[in-house]
Amino acid sequence: MKKQALTDRRKFILNMARGVGLATIGGFVWSAYVDEVTASTLMLRPPGALKEDDFLKTCIKCGLCVEACPYDTLMLAKPGDNKPLGTPYFVPRDIPCYMCPDIPCVPVCPTGALDESSVTSTEGVLDINSADMGLAVVDEESCIAFWGIQCDACYRACPILGEAITIEYQKNDRTGKHAFMKPIVHSDACTGCGMCERACVTEKPAIFILPRETAMGKAGDYYIKGWDKEDEKRLQNAKEIKTVTEISKDSAINSLNGSLEDLY
Amino acid sequence: MKTLWNSYRYLFMRRFTQIGMLVLYFGANAWGWTVLQGNLSSSLIFGIVPMSDPYAALQMLAAGAVLATDLLIGAGVATAFYFLIGGRAFCSWVCPINMVTDFASFVRELIGMNKLTGVKQPASRNLRYWILALSLVISAIMGVTAFEFISPISMVHRGLVFGMGFGWAAIVIIFLFDLFVLKNGWCGHVCPLGGFYSLLGKFSLIRVNHLEENCTLCMKCKVVCPENQVLHMIGKESLPVLSGECTNCARCIEVCDDNALEFSIRSMAQNKKTGE
Repeated sequence: MKKQALTDRRKFILNMARGVGLATIGGFVWSAYVDEVTASTLMLRPPGALKEDDFLKTCIKCGLCVEACPYDTLMLAKPGDNKPLGTPYFVPRDIPCYMCPDIPCVPVCPTGALDESSVTSTEGVLDINSADMGLAVVDEESCIAFWGIQCDACYRACPILGEAITIEYQKNDRTGKHAFMKPIVHSDACTGCGMCERACVTEKPAIFILPRETAMGKAGDYYIKGWDKEDEKRLQNAKEIKTVTEISKDSAINSLNGSLEDLY
Repeated sequence: MKTLWNSYRYLFMRRFTQIGMLVLYFGANAWGWTVLQGNLSSSLIFGIVPMSDPYAALQMLAAGAVLATDLLIGAGVATAFYFLIGGRAFCSWVCPINMVTDFASFVRELIGMNKLTGVKQPASRNLRYWILALSLVISAIMGVTAFEFISPISMVHRGLVFGMGFGWAAIVIIFLFDLFVLKNGWCGHVCPLGGFYSLLGKFSLIRVNHLEENCTLCMKCKVVCPENQVLHMIGKESLPVLSGECTNCARCIEVCDDNALEFSIRSMAQNKKTGE
Protein backbone atom coordinates (compact mmCIF):
# COMPACT_ATOMS: atom_id res chain seq x y z
CA MET A 1 0.00 0.00 0.00
CA LYS A 2 1.22 3.40 -0.90
CA LYS A 3 1.74 5.87 1.90
CA GLN A 4 -0.53 8.85 1.51
CA ALA A 5 0.09 12.37 2.73
CA LEU A 6 -2.41 13.57 5.29
CA THR A 7 -5.28 15.48 3.81
CA ASP A 8 -6.05 18.88 5.32
CA ARG A 9 -9.30 17.49 6.62
CA ARG A 10 -7.59 14.62 8.39
CA LYS A 11 -4.90 16.95 9.70
CA PHE A 12 -7.54 19.23 11.17
CA ILE A 13 -9.42 16.38 12.79
CA LEU A 14 -6.23 14.89 14.21
CA ASN A 15 -5.09 18.25 15.55
CA MET A 16 -8.44 18.82 17.18
CA ALA A 17 -8.44 15.33 18.69
CA ARG A 18 -4.95 15.97 20.00
CA GLY A 19 -6.03 19.27 21.53
CA VAL A 20 -9.05 17.74 23.21
CA GLY A 21 -6.98 14.81 24.46
CA LEU A 22 -4.32 17.03 25.95
CA ALA A 23 -6.99 19.29 27.44
CA THR A 24 -8.56 16.25 29.09
CA ILE A 25 -5.26 15.18 30.64
CA GLY A 26 -4.51 18.69 31.78
CA GLY A 27 -8.06 19.21 32.96
CA PHE A 28 -8.04 16.17 35.22
CA VAL A 29 -4.63 16.95 36.70
CA TRP A 30 -5.62 20.57 37.22
CA SER A 31 -9.00 19.68 38.76
CA ALA A 32 -7.41 17.15 41.08
CA TYR A 33 -4.91 19.71 42.24
CA VAL A 34 -7.51 22.42 42.77
CA ASP A 35 -9.77 19.97 44.60
CA GLU A 36 -6.90 18.94 46.84
CA VAL A 37 -5.74 22.46 47.74
CA THR A 38 -9.23 23.74 48.45
CA ALA A 39 -10.24 20.70 50.50
CA SER A 40 -9.37 22.65 53.57
CA THR A 41 -8.68 22.35 56.76
CA LEU A 42 -9.31 24.31 59.86
CA MET A 43 -8.86 27.82 58.59
CA LEU A 44 -10.16 30.81 60.44
CA ARG A 45 -11.42 33.51 58.10
CA PRO A 46 -11.75 37.27 58.67
CA PRO A 47 -15.03 38.62 60.09
CA GLY A 48 -17.98 38.54 57.74
CA ALA A 49 -16.55 35.80 55.53
CA LEU A 50 -19.01 33.88 53.42
CA LYS A 51 -19.40 30.14 53.95
CA GLU A 52 -16.19 28.39 52.94
CA ASP A 53 -17.49 27.08 49.58
CA ASP A 54 -18.74 30.49 48.52
CA PHE A 55 -15.72 32.18 50.02
CA LEU A 56 -13.34 30.13 47.87
CA LYS A 57 -15.11 31.10 44.67
CA THR A 58 -15.61 34.74 45.60
CA CYS A 59 -12.31 35.77 47.23
CA ILE A 60 -10.01 37.31 44.61
CA LYS A 61 -6.97 37.08 46.93
CA CYS A 62 -6.08 40.76 46.70
CA GLY A 63 -5.05 41.18 50.34
CA LEU A 64 -6.90 44.47 50.90
CA CYS A 65 -8.33 43.01 54.13
CA VAL A 66 -4.81 42.10 55.23
CA GLU A 67 -3.62 45.63 54.58
CA ALA A 68 -6.63 47.12 56.38
CA CYS A 69 -6.03 45.11 59.58
CA PRO A 70 -4.30 47.40 62.10
CA TYR A 71 -3.01 44.51 64.21
CA ASP A 72 -1.40 42.42 61.45
CA THR A 73 -3.80 39.66 62.43
CA LEU A 74 -4.69 38.62 58.90
CA MET A 75 -2.31 36.85 56.55
CA LEU A 76 -2.59 35.53 53.02
CA ALA A 77 -1.87 31.82 52.64
CA LYS A 78 1.53 31.35 51.02
CA PRO A 79 2.73 28.41 48.98
CA GLY A 80 3.94 25.95 51.60
CA ASP A 81 1.33 26.89 54.18
CA ASN A 82 -0.84 24.00 52.96
CA LYS A 83 -3.87 26.21 52.88
CA PRO A 84 -5.99 27.42 49.95
CA LEU A 85 -3.46 29.62 48.22
CA GLY A 86 -3.69 33.37 48.66
CA THR A 87 -6.80 33.39 50.84
CA PRO A 88 -6.82 35.37 54.10
CA TYR A 89 -6.75 33.66 57.49
CA PHE A 90 -5.52 34.21 61.01
CA VAL A 91 -3.90 32.19 63.75
CA PRO A 92 -5.37 33.38 67.06
CA ARG A 93 -2.60 31.96 69.25
CA ASP A 94 -0.17 34.28 67.42
CA ILE A 95 -2.38 37.31 66.84
CA PRO A 96 -6.12 37.11 67.52
CA CYS A 97 -8.78 39.34 65.98
CA TYR A 98 -9.05 42.36 68.27
CA MET A 99 -12.59 43.05 67.10
CA CYS A 100 -12.28 46.68 65.94
CA PRO A 101 -15.72 48.34 66.18
CA ASP A 102 -15.28 49.88 62.71
CA ILE A 103 -14.23 46.50 61.21
CA PRO A 104 -11.74 48.00 58.69
CA CYS A 105 -11.10 44.64 56.98
CA VAL A 106 -14.65 44.08 55.75
CA PRO A 107 -15.79 47.15 53.74
CA VAL A 108 -12.57 47.15 51.68
CA CYS A 109 -13.33 43.72 50.21
CA PRO A 110 -14.03 44.35 46.52
CA THR A 111 -15.78 41.06 45.85
CA GLY A 112 -18.10 40.70 48.81
CA ALA A 113 -16.29 37.57 49.98
CA LEU A 114 -16.29 39.46 53.26
CA ASP A 115 -19.94 40.35 53.46
CA GLU A 116 -20.61 43.68 55.10
CA SER A 117 -24.28 42.91 55.68
CA SER A 118 -23.41 39.89 57.83
CA VAL A 119 -21.63 42.13 60.34
CA THR A 120 -24.19 44.93 60.26
CA SER A 121 -26.79 45.16 63.00
CA THR A 122 -30.49 45.61 62.30
CA GLU A 123 -30.04 49.35 62.90
CA GLY A 124 -27.66 49.47 59.97
CA VAL A 125 -24.41 50.07 61.85
CA LEU A 126 -21.36 47.84 61.77
CA ASP A 127 -21.43 45.43 64.69
CA ILE A 128 -18.37 43.27 65.23
CA ASN A 129 -20.19 41.30 67.92
CA SER A 130 -22.30 39.70 65.21
CA ALA A 131 -19.19 38.35 63.47
CA ASP A 132 -18.75 34.62 63.25
CA MET A 133 -15.16 33.65 62.62
CA GLY A 134 -15.34 30.44 64.59
CA LEU A 135 -16.18 29.09 68.00
CA ALA A 136 -14.05 28.68 71.12
CA VAL A 137 -13.84 25.11 72.33
CA VAL A 138 -12.54 24.10 75.77
CA ASP A 139 -10.55 20.93 76.24
CA GLU A 140 -11.65 19.99 79.75
CA GLU A 141 -8.78 17.53 80.12
CA SER A 142 -6.07 20.16 79.83
CA CYS A 143 -7.91 23.22 81.16
CA ILE A 144 -6.48 23.79 84.62
CA ALA A 145 -9.72 25.43 85.79
CA PHE A 146 -11.35 22.05 85.31
CA TRP A 147 -8.60 20.54 87.49
CA GLY A 148 -9.60 22.88 90.28
CA ILE A 149 -6.74 25.35 89.90
CA GLN A 150 -8.08 28.87 89.83
CA CYS A 151 -7.68 30.45 86.39
CA ASP A 152 -10.00 32.70 84.51
CA ALA A 153 -7.56 34.06 81.92
CA CYS A 154 -9.84 33.25 78.99
CA TYR A 155 -12.87 34.73 80.71
CA ARG A 156 -10.99 37.96 81.45
CA ALA A 157 -9.63 38.14 77.90
CA CYS A 158 -13.03 37.68 76.27
CA PRO A 159 -14.24 40.95 74.68
CA ILE A 160 -17.82 39.96 75.42
CA LEU A 161 -17.18 38.34 78.78
CA GLY A 162 -20.26 37.27 80.65
CA GLU A 163 -21.96 36.43 77.37
CA ALA A 164 -19.55 34.47 75.22
CA ILE A 165 -17.73 32.94 78.19
CA THR A 166 -19.25 32.56 81.62
CA ILE A 167 -17.78 30.97 84.72
CA GLU A 168 -19.70 28.09 86.22
CA TYR A 169 -19.12 27.44 89.90
CA GLN A 170 -19.17 23.86 91.08
CA LYS A 171 -18.23 22.25 94.36
CA ASN A 172 -14.87 20.53 94.41
CA ASP A 173 -15.61 17.22 96.09
CA ARG A 174 -11.94 16.34 96.29
CA THR A 175 -11.17 19.04 98.84
CA GLY A 176 -14.70 19.50 100.06
CA LYS A 177 -14.20 23.23 100.59
CA HIS A 178 -13.16 24.69 97.24
CA ALA A 179 -14.97 25.42 94.01
CA PHE A 180 -14.26 24.63 90.41
CA MET A 181 -14.58 27.79 88.36
CA LYS A 182 -15.16 26.35 84.94
CA PRO A 183 -15.17 28.50 81.79
CA ILE A 184 -18.22 27.77 79.64
CA VAL A 185 -18.42 29.04 76.06
CA HIS A 186 -21.77 30.07 74.66
CA SER A 187 -21.99 29.51 70.93
CA ASP A 188 -24.70 32.11 70.37
CA ALA A 189 -22.44 34.95 71.56
CA CYS A 190 -18.92 33.74 70.73
CA THR A 191 -17.46 35.43 67.65
CA GLY A 192 -14.34 33.27 67.43
CA CYS A 193 -11.99 36.23 67.79
CA GLY A 194 -9.49 34.02 69.62
CA MET A 195 -8.47 36.42 72.38
CA CYS A 196 -9.18 33.60 74.84
CA GLU A 197 -6.89 31.25 72.92
CA ARG A 198 -4.21 33.91 72.95
CA ALA A 199 -4.61 34.42 76.71
CA CYS A 200 -4.74 30.75 77.72
CA VAL A 201 -1.94 29.98 80.17
CA THR A 202 -1.40 26.31 79.32
CA GLU A 203 1.53 25.25 77.15
CA LYS A 204 -0.75 24.42 74.26
CA PRO A 205 -4.01 26.32 74.61
CA ALA A 206 -6.80 24.43 76.36
CA ILE A 207 -9.31 26.81 74.79
CA PHE A 208 -9.01 27.23 71.06
CA ILE A 209 -10.99 28.41 68.08
CA LEU A 210 -12.37 26.02 65.49
CA PRO A 211 -14.49 26.89 62.47
CA ARG A 212 -18.09 26.66 63.61
CA GLU A 213 -18.81 23.93 61.07
CA THR A 214 -16.16 21.76 62.69
CA ALA A 215 -16.82 22.68 66.29
CA MET A 216 -20.58 22.09 66.38
CA GLY A 217 -22.82 19.10 65.95
CA LYS A 218 -26.41 19.24 64.78
CA ALA A 219 -29.37 17.66 66.57
CA GLY A 220 -31.43 17.48 63.40
CA ASP A 221 -35.21 17.47 63.09
CA TYR A 222 -35.96 14.38 65.14
CA TYR A 223 -35.41 16.00 68.50
CA ILE A 224 -37.42 18.91 69.85
CA LYS A 225 -37.11 20.71 73.14
CA GLY A 226 -40.68 20.06 74.21
CA TRP A 227 -40.35 22.49 77.10
CA ASP A 228 -39.27 25.33 74.83
CA LYS A 229 -42.06 27.12 72.98
CA GLU A 230 -39.60 28.63 70.47
CA ASP A 231 -38.10 25.27 69.64
CA GLU A 232 -41.53 23.68 69.32
CA LYS A 233 -42.30 26.03 66.43
CA ARG A 234 -40.06 23.84 64.31
CA LEU A 235 -42.93 21.34 64.37
CA GLN A 236 -45.39 23.72 62.72
CA ASN A 237 -44.70 22.75 59.17
CA ALA A 238 -43.61 19.21 59.96
CA LYS A 239 -44.99 16.42 57.83
CA GLU A 240 -45.29 12.82 58.86
CA ILE A 241 -42.84 10.53 57.18
CA LYS A 242 -43.82 6.90 57.49
CA THR A 243 -41.39 4.18 56.56
CA VAL A 244 -42.60 0.65 56.11
CA THR A 245 -40.25 -2.21 56.90
CA GLU A 246 -40.71 -5.97 57.16
CA ILE A 247 -41.63 -5.58 60.82
CA SER A 248 -43.80 -2.47 60.69
CA LYS A 249 -46.03 -3.36 57.73
CA ASP A 250 -48.33 -5.29 60.13
CA SER A 251 -49.83 -3.93 63.34
CA ALA A 252 -47.62 -4.11 66.39
CA ILE A 253 -49.51 -7.01 68.05
CA ASN A 254 -49.65 -9.06 64.88
CA SER A 255 -46.04 -8.31 64.20
CA LEU A 256 -45.03 -9.49 67.68
CA ASN A 257 -47.24 -12.60 67.47
CA GLY A 258 -46.50 -13.16 63.82
CA SER A 259 -43.65 -15.56 64.15
CA LEU A 260 -45.30 -17.66 66.86
CA GLU A 261 -46.74 -20.22 64.45
CA ASP A 262 -43.25 -21.54 64.06
CA LEU A 263 -43.45 -22.75 67.66
CA TYR A 264 -46.24 -25.21 67.00
CA MET B 1 22.25 58.08 16.83
CA LYS B 2 22.84 54.96 18.87
CA THR B 3 22.92 55.74 22.56
CA LEU B 4 22.24 53.48 25.49
CA TRP B 5 19.04 55.37 26.14
CA ASN B 6 17.98 55.10 22.53
CA SER B 7 18.59 51.37 22.34
CA TYR B 8 16.91 50.54 25.62
CA ARG B 9 14.56 53.43 26.37
CA TYR B 10 11.37 51.36 26.40
CA LEU B 11 13.07 48.56 28.30
CA PHE B 12 14.13 51.07 30.98
CA MET B 13 10.62 52.49 31.12
CA ARG B 14 9.06 49.04 31.35
CA ARG B 15 11.34 47.98 34.17
CA PHE B 16 10.62 51.29 35.86
CA THR B 17 6.84 50.75 35.79
CA GLN B 18 7.13 47.07 36.72
CA ILE B 19 9.42 47.65 39.68
CA GLY B 20 7.81 50.96 40.62
CA MET B 21 4.40 49.33 40.89
CA LEU B 22 5.86 46.53 42.99
CA VAL B 23 7.37 49.10 45.34
CA LEU B 24 4.05 50.94 45.62
CA TYR B 25 2.16 47.71 46.34
CA PHE B 26 4.79 46.66 48.83
CA GLY B 27 4.68 50.06 50.54
CA ALA B 28 0.91 49.78 50.87
CA ASN B 29 1.23 46.59 52.88
CA ALA B 30 4.39 47.48 54.78
CA TRP B 31 3.96 51.16 55.53
CA GLY B 32 0.34 51.90 54.75
CA TRP B 33 0.85 53.89 51.54
CA THR B 34 -2.39 54.48 49.71
CA VAL B 35 -1.19 55.02 46.14
CA LEU B 36 -1.66 51.43 45.06
CA GLN B 37 -3.20 48.98 47.51
CA GLY B 38 -3.96 45.30 47.12
CA ASN B 39 -2.23 43.36 44.38
CA LEU B 40 -2.62 42.58 40.69
CA SER B 41 -5.75 40.51 41.35
CA SER B 42 -7.58 43.53 42.67
CA SER B 43 -6.30 46.88 43.75
CA LEU B 44 -7.35 50.28 44.88
CA ILE B 45 -5.68 53.32 43.31
CA PHE B 46 -5.34 56.34 45.63
CA GLY B 47 -7.90 54.67 47.85
CA ILE B 48 -10.68 55.42 45.37
CA VAL B 49 -10.41 53.83 41.94
CA PRO B 50 -10.84 50.05 41.98
CA MET B 51 -9.08 47.93 39.40
CA SER B 52 -9.62 44.19 39.23
CA ASP B 53 -8.31 41.40 37.06
CA PRO B 54 -11.10 40.86 34.52
CA TYR B 55 -9.94 37.29 33.88
CA ALA B 56 -10.29 36.48 37.59
CA ALA B 57 -13.76 38.02 37.51
CA LEU B 58 -14.60 35.82 34.53
CA GLN B 59 -13.49 32.72 36.44
CA MET B 60 -15.58 33.80 39.41
CA LEU B 61 -18.55 34.16 37.11
CA ALA B 62 -17.91 30.67 35.74
CA ALA B 63 -17.55 29.31 39.28
CA GLY B 64 -20.98 30.69 40.09
CA ALA B 65 -20.01 33.45 42.49
CA VAL B 66 -22.18 36.51 42.92
CA LEU B 67 -20.14 39.39 41.52
CA ALA B 68 -20.12 42.45 43.75
CA THR B 69 -20.49 45.94 42.31
CA ASP B 70 -16.98 46.99 43.33
CA LEU B 71 -15.55 44.03 41.48
CA LEU B 72 -17.58 44.73 38.35
CA ILE B 73 -16.47 48.35 38.36
CA GLY B 74 -12.86 47.29 38.97
CA ALA B 75 -12.91 44.73 36.20
CA GLY B 76 -14.55 47.30 33.93
CA VAL B 77 -11.85 49.86 34.66
CA ALA B 78 -9.08 47.36 33.94
CA THR B 79 -10.78 46.17 30.77
CA ALA B 80 -11.25 49.72 29.49
CA PHE B 81 -7.67 50.64 30.39
CA TYR B 82 -6.04 47.70 28.65
CA PHE B 83 -8.50 47.96 25.81
CA LEU B 84 -7.09 51.41 25.14
CA ILE B 85 -3.37 50.92 25.66
CA GLY B 86 -3.17 47.39 24.26
CA GLY B 87 -4.27 44.31 26.15
CA ARG B 88 -0.93 42.68 26.54
CA ALA B 89 0.69 45.91 27.64
CA PHE B 90 -0.13 44.32 30.99
CA CYS B 91 2.28 41.51 30.15
CA SER B 92 5.28 43.65 29.27
CA TRP B 93 4.73 46.73 31.40
CA VAL B 94 3.16 45.41 34.60
CA CYS B 95 3.45 41.65 35.10
CA PRO B 96 6.40 40.69 37.35
CA ILE B 97 6.80 37.34 35.60
CA ASN B 98 7.81 39.24 32.47
CA MET B 99 11.13 40.08 34.13
CA VAL B 100 11.74 36.37 34.79
CA THR B 101 10.89 35.25 31.27
CA ASP B 102 12.79 38.13 29.66
CA PHE B 103 15.82 37.12 31.69
CA ALA B 104 15.38 33.47 30.68
CA SER B 105 15.12 34.55 27.07
CA PHE B 106 18.30 36.62 27.43
CA VAL B 107 20.25 33.74 29.00
CA ARG B 108 18.88 31.34 26.39
CA GLU B 109 20.34 33.45 23.63
CA LEU B 110 23.56 34.01 25.58
CA ILE B 111 24.38 30.35 26.15
CA GLY B 112 23.29 29.33 22.66
CA MET B 113 20.30 27.30 23.77
CA ASN B 114 18.39 28.51 20.73
CA LYS B 115 20.95 26.92 18.44
CA LEU B 116 20.56 23.61 20.25
CA THR B 117 16.79 23.50 20.01
CA GLY B 118 16.55 25.06 16.56
CA VAL B 119 13.83 27.26 15.21
CA LYS B 120 11.04 24.70 15.28
CA GLN B 121 9.08 25.01 18.50
CA PRO B 122 7.44 21.85 19.86
CA ALA B 123 4.28 23.56 21.06
CA SER B 124 1.65 25.79 19.53
CA ARG B 125 1.15 29.35 20.68
CA ASN B 126 -2.56 28.62 20.66
CA LEU B 127 -2.04 26.49 23.76
CA ARG B 128 -2.90 29.54 25.88
CA TYR B 129 -6.39 29.78 24.41
CA TRP B 130 -6.99 26.11 25.16
CA ILE B 131 -5.82 26.67 28.72
CA LEU B 132 -7.98 29.78 28.96
CA ALA B 133 -11.06 27.79 27.92
CA LEU B 134 -10.08 24.90 30.17
CA SER B 135 -9.72 27.19 33.17
CA LEU B 136 -13.29 28.40 32.72
CA VAL B 137 -14.58 24.84 32.35
CA ILE B 138 -12.78 23.72 35.50
CA SER B 139 -13.96 26.82 37.36
CA ALA B 140 -17.53 25.95 36.42
CA ILE B 141 -17.23 22.29 37.38
CA MET B 142 -15.22 22.68 40.57
CA GLY B 143 -16.86 25.89 41.77
CA VAL B 144 -13.56 27.65 42.42
CA THR B 145 -11.48 30.08 40.41
CA ALA B 146 -9.27 27.45 38.78
CA PHE B 147 -6.38 29.52 37.45
CA GLU B 148 -6.22 31.76 40.50
CA PHE B 149 -5.22 28.74 42.60
CA ILE B 150 -2.26 27.87 40.38
CA SER B 151 -1.38 31.23 38.82
CA PRO B 152 2.34 31.86 39.26
CA ILE B 153 1.65 35.50 38.39
CA SER B 154 -0.53 36.14 41.41
CA MET B 155 1.61 33.76 43.46
CA VAL B 156 4.76 35.74 42.78
CA HIS B 157 3.16 39.15 42.99
CA ARG B 158 1.33 38.27 46.20
CA GLY B 159 4.57 36.79 47.45
CA LEU B 160 6.50 39.99 46.84
CA VAL B 161 3.88 42.10 48.57
CA PHE B 162 2.66 39.81 51.36
CA GLY B 163 5.40 37.22 51.91
CA MET B 164 6.81 34.67 49.53
CA GLY B 165 6.70 31.25 51.22
CA PHE B 166 7.57 28.65 48.65
CA GLY B 167 6.49 31.06 45.91
CA TRP B 168 10.10 31.38 44.75
CA ALA B 169 9.74 27.86 43.38
CA ALA B 170 7.24 29.20 40.84
CA ILE B 171 9.87 31.66 39.63
CA VAL B 172 12.46 28.92 39.30
CA ILE B 173 10.05 26.64 37.44
CA ILE B 174 9.12 29.31 34.93
CA PHE B 175 12.72 30.38 34.46
CA LEU B 176 13.91 26.82 33.81
CA PHE B 177 10.92 26.07 31.60
CA ASP B 178 11.62 29.08 29.42
CA LEU B 179 15.34 28.41 29.44
CA PHE B 180 15.43 24.70 28.69
CA VAL B 181 12.01 23.51 27.55
CA LEU B 182 10.35 26.10 25.38
CA LYS B 183 11.51 29.46 24.07
CA ASN B 184 9.11 32.12 25.35
CA GLY B 185 7.34 29.16 26.90
CA TRP B 186 5.31 30.67 29.69
CA CYS B 187 4.41 34.11 28.34
CA GLY B 188 4.25 33.11 24.68
CA HIS B 189 2.56 29.74 24.91
CA VAL B 190 1.06 28.78 28.25
CA CYS B 191 -0.19 31.79 30.20
CA PRO B 192 -4.00 32.04 29.90
CA LEU B 193 -3.97 35.56 31.34
CA GLY B 194 -1.80 36.55 28.38
CA GLY B 195 -4.30 34.71 26.21
CA PHE B 196 -7.13 36.67 27.73
CA TYR B 197 -5.36 39.97 27.17
CA SER B 198 -4.49 38.88 23.62
CA LEU B 199 -8.19 38.58 22.89
CA LEU B 200 -8.85 41.94 24.53
CA GLY B 201 -5.90 43.55 22.72
CA LYS B 202 -7.25 42.68 19.28
CA PHE B 203 -9.13 45.94 19.41
CA SER B 204 -6.75 48.20 21.27
CA LEU B 205 -5.71 51.62 20.07
CA ILE B 206 -1.96 51.82 20.60
CA ARG B 207 -0.14 49.83 17.96
CA VAL B 208 3.34 49.33 16.63
CA ASN B 209 3.35 50.51 13.05
CA HIS B 210 5.69 49.23 10.34
CA LEU B 211 6.94 51.45 7.53
CA GLU B 212 8.08 49.12 4.83
CA GLU B 213 9.87 51.82 2.81
CA ASN B 214 12.39 52.30 5.66
CA CYS B 215 12.98 48.59 6.31
CA THR B 216 16.36 47.14 5.35
CA LEU B 217 15.34 43.57 6.17
CA CYS B 218 17.90 43.21 8.95
CA MET B 219 15.37 41.14 10.92
CA LYS B 220 16.67 42.33 14.29
CA CYS B 221 13.08 42.97 15.29
CA LYS B 222 12.05 39.39 14.61
CA VAL B 223 14.95 38.08 16.66
CA VAL B 224 14.17 40.24 19.66
CA CYS B 225 10.38 39.86 19.56
CA PRO B 226 8.93 37.41 22.10
CA GLU B 227 5.86 36.94 19.89
CA ASN B 228 7.54 37.17 16.50
CA GLN B 229 4.55 35.72 14.63
CA VAL B 230 2.92 39.14 14.99
CA LEU B 231 5.68 40.71 12.87
CA HIS B 232 4.73 38.82 9.72
CA MET B 233 4.53 42.03 7.70
CA ILE B 234 8.14 43.08 8.20
CA GLY B 235 9.71 44.07 4.90
CA LYS B 236 6.61 43.14 3.01
CA GLU B 237 3.94 45.68 3.72
CA SER B 238 3.46 48.91 5.65
CA LEU B 239 0.99 47.67 8.23
CA PRO B 240 0.41 48.19 11.93
CA VAL B 241 0.87 45.12 14.11
CA LEU B 242 -2.75 44.18 14.49
CA SER B 243 -2.44 40.89 16.35
CA GLY B 244 -3.55 41.03 19.97
CA GLU B 245 -0.62 38.84 20.86
CA CYS B 246 1.75 41.79 20.50
CA THR B 247 2.68 42.88 24.02
CA ASN B 248 3.56 46.46 23.07
CA CYS B 249 6.93 45.87 24.71
CA ALA B 250 8.54 48.01 21.99
CA ARG B 251 11.76 46.02 21.84
CA CYS B 252 11.36 45.93 18.06
CA ILE B 253 11.21 49.73 17.96
CA GLU B 254 14.41 49.98 19.97
CA VAL B 255 16.44 47.55 17.93
CA CYS B 256 15.36 49.00 14.60
CA ASP B 257 18.14 51.18 13.22
CA ASP B 258 16.10 52.37 10.27
CA ASN B 259 13.00 53.95 11.82
CA ALA B 260 10.88 51.28 10.21
CA LEU B 261 8.91 50.67 13.41
CA GLU B 262 7.14 53.15 15.68
CA PHE B 263 4.21 53.45 18.04
CA SER B 264 1.06 54.89 16.58
CA ILE B 265 -2.62 55.14 17.19
CA ARG B 266 -4.51 52.40 15.45
CA SER B 267 -6.82 54.41 13.19
CA MET B 268 -4.12 56.91 12.20
CA ALA B 269 -1.86 54.07 11.17
CA GLN B 270 -4.59 52.58 9.07
CA ASN B 271 -5.48 55.93 7.51
CA LYS B 272 -1.90 56.49 6.54
CA LYS B 273 -1.94 53.21 4.73
CA THR B 274 -5.20 53.69 2.85
CA GLY B 275 -5.52 57.43 2.55
CA GLU B 276 -2.05 58.68 1.52
